[in-house]
Parts: sequence; C-alpha cells; structure tokens
Amino acid sequence: MHELSIAMSIVDIAEQEVKKNNAAEVIEIELEIGKLSGIEPYALDFAWDQAILKTVLEHAKRKTRYIEAMAKCQDCGNEFEIDNFYDECPSCQSYMKELLSGKELRVKSLTVI
Amino acid sequence: MCSTCGCGQPDDHVKIVVPGEKDINKGQPDHGHDHTHSHTDDHNHHGHSHDHHDHTHSDQHGHNHDHHNHDHHHDHVGQDHTHSHDNRQLNLEQDILYKNNLLAERNRGYFEAKNILALNLVSSPGSGKTTFLEKTIQLFKDGPEMAVIEGDQQTSNDANRIAATGAKVVQINTGKGCHLDAHMVLHAIQRIEVNNNSILMIENVGNLVCPSMFDLGEKQRVVIMSVTEGEDKPLKYPDMFMSSQICVINKIDLLPYLEFDLEKAKDYAMRVNPKLKFFEVSATSGEGMDKWIDWLLAQTQ
Ligand SMILES: Nc1nc2c(ncn2[C@@H]2O[C@H](COP(=O)(O)OP(=O)(O)OP(=O)(O)O)[C@@H](O)[C@H]2O)c(=O)[nH]1
Ligand SMILES: [Mg+2]
Ligand SMILES: [Zn+2]
Repeated sequence: MHELSIAMSIVDIAEQEVKKNNAAEVIEIELEIGKLSGIEPYALDFAWDQAILKTVLEHAKRKTRYIEAMAKCQDCGNEFEIDNFYDECPSCQSYMKELLSGKELRVKSLTVI
Repeated sequence: MCSTCGCGQPDDHVKIVVPGEKDINKGQPDHGHDHTHSHTDDHNHHGHSHDHHDHTHSDQHGHNHDHHNHDHHHDHVGQDHTHSHDNRQLNLEQDILYKNNLLAERNRGYFEAKNILALNLVSSPGSGKTTFLEKTIQLFKDGPEMAVIEGDQQTSNDANRIAATGAKVVQINTGKGCHLDAHMVLHAIQRIEVNNNSILMIENVGNLVCPSMFDLGEKQRVVIMSVTEGEDKPLKYPDMFMSSQICVINKIDLLPYLEFDLEKAKDYAMRVNPKLKFFEVSATSGEGMDKWIDWLLAQTQ
C-alpha cells in the first residue's frame, strides 16, 4: 500500500502550501496521475480517506485526472498509446520504446481559502 | 516530520538498529547529526499539526493570532486577523514524490562524493536477496569493502545474518511500511560508517510493487527473481522490472526440479525493459556468481 505514503505526501504538500499562503484550508485539489505511475485508483481512494483526516484536506474536493500512457517506438518512430510497459509497437512489434507520458504523479493545483 | 531533512515520510514507526549496538528506539538516531528535535510525543504526526498550534507565526505572516482553531472550521466571527478569505487557486504542478526525490538526490550526491557504489536490491519475499548478499560478501573478500542496509518490516534477522559475515550492516524496520524510502536510507547511513570507495548494498523490503516508486539514491537497481516464482513475474509486476537495470535470476540449482523456462522468463522481462542486464545464479551453490562478482568489480574500477 504505497498509496498511503503517496496520499500522505500529498497531505504534506497541501499543509505546506496552506501555511505558506497563510490560508485556512484547501477546498479543492487537482491531481494528475499517469496510468503507468504505479498508483491504483481504488487503493488511492481508500488511502485518501485515512490520510486526510484532521488535515487541511479534510474537506477538500479531490479531482483526479488519470493521464493516458503514450510511447514512442525507438525502432520506427511510431507513437502509440500503451496500457502496459510490455506492450509492443503496433506497427513494427518492437519492445524498444520511450515513454512520452503516463508516469505523472502531480499536484496540479490547490484551491485554498 | 523530520525538520533537518524537511521530509514528511511517516517515520514514527521506523526503527533503525545496528546489530550489537543498543537499540535506539523510534525514528531516527539522535546522535551523529544535528537533529535537535526529540522524536517523542511532540512529533508532528501527519495532519495532527493543528491540534497544537501553540507557536505564533505572527511576525512571519504579518497577522496576529495563534488560535488557529481549525476545529471550528473557519468560523472566524469576531476575529481580526488578516487572512484573505477569497478562494485562491495555487497552480503548483508539484511532483508528489518531490521530497523523496530530493533526498534521494542528496544520498546520490553523498555516494558520488565518496565514490560509493550503491545498489538497491528488490524482489518478492523470499527470492533470496539476503542469501545472495551473504554469498556476494563471501566471494568478494578481496574486493572493496561492502556495507549493507537491510530493510524489513520487522526483525533484525537479515542484519544478523549479514553481521555474521563480518560486513558492516544496519537494519531498518519499516513497521507497517511496505518499502524503504530515501529518508530512511539517509538516516541509516548515519548509523554506519560507509568508507570511501566501497559498495553499499541496500536490501529493500520484500515486495515487488511498492519499492519501485521510491528512489533511494542508488546507482542501479537490481531486481531478483527466483526460478520458483514462475516466468511471468515480469509481466505481473512490470513497474519493478521497468525501473531496474539489472535482473538476477536466482535459485537456478532448482531448475532440474521445476518447469521453469529461463529463456521465456528473460523474454518477458525484456518485453518490459529491453535494456535489462541478466545474471543467472544460485546463491546457495555459488553457480553463476563469478560473472556477477566480475561485473561488480568492474563497476568499482
Ligand atoms: N535452492 C536455493 N535456495 C535458495 C537460494 N537462495 C536462497 N534460497 C533459499 O530461499 C529462502 C529465502 O532466502 P532469503 O535469502 O532469506 O530471501 P530474501 O529475499 O532475503 O527474503 P526476505 O528478506 O524475507 O524478502 C531461504 O530458505 C534460502 O535458503 C538458491 O540459490 N537456491
Ligand atoms: Mg532478506
Ligand atoms: Zn515500431
């Protein structure tokens, strides 16, 4: 359950920003999470409820955008969407690829009051 | 939270133990570095920090209140502080793991400055990480010094096994934690003197999922799979094989008794990560260990 560590890291970021900006709490948080970032959405949902208790995120609305994973074939240059690291290039069947997106793990924004 | 490191990992259940030394309870050691806070009951647990806002941040913030009673949930009636109550959107674009990554870079810088080769060994429980390390230390007698950090949720069993070889070792018990993080490693290396020009082996918690996201500052990550686990481990746990540079296939002495297709296992691993370098070994019989030892030596030249 590394999702709990992740959720707690998000809480840390939020606490820090609230303090820095002299605010009271967070009312909305936007997360961007790549589909190959290693985060299981349901595990994050579960961890979230525990992690935010009695923190500035307790009443925050969470918007999570899961970002598609895109790769570029290093053999033929084709760009394609992947669901797994082991997906092959649909045009030349190579496994050599560079990940263009899908590893994101970001707090995009916080709305504080 | 550990103020020196500025790291907010949940470390209040983490224990660091050096075999033969007295067990210093809880959190980080309080010697050998400049931590001035005590890790006892005033520890700021995550999210509990509003319960005791007895410090005044008035000067700093240009407003004058130290009540901050968040239980009343911004029921600010009659209070004359200068909070802005407008909604403000802060566009952070902040990497969630930035603290771990910063500390990992700090570890990496330390290792580079001291010319320490740090390797992060990951595998599912029981693949033979500790046995592999014991054998490596035994066969590496003439090479550079080797120090070990052991990560397990509980017990110092693995550290004791390593200590029996004569190598320097420190045990991290993560409690409920399912992985090591850079913060734990930072404090663990403060507990043993890792000499210049040596090798530091970090045995992560046996888990093929969680440790993959946490950079410890290692030079390379070594994933160990054993032939008793089935060829498709790399496909089932791709993140770990993706984030490793070296793949050790252990327990090959058992191949005659199993239906394990070594080539198929490597093929699956290569699909996930075509750049993986393989070693096929038996940590118990020593078969194949020579190539690994040669590689290690070459890394430290
Ligand atoms: N036959 C055989 N058994 C092995 C080999 N390497 C390890 N083992 C056995 O596998 C079991 C687990 O080995 P450990 O070295 O404790 O494994 P580990 O990965 O450190 O385990 P955790 O730290 O608990 O995750 C022990 O019974 C070892 O004797 C090997 O090469 N061949
Ligand atoms: Mg072990
Ligand atoms: Zn291609």
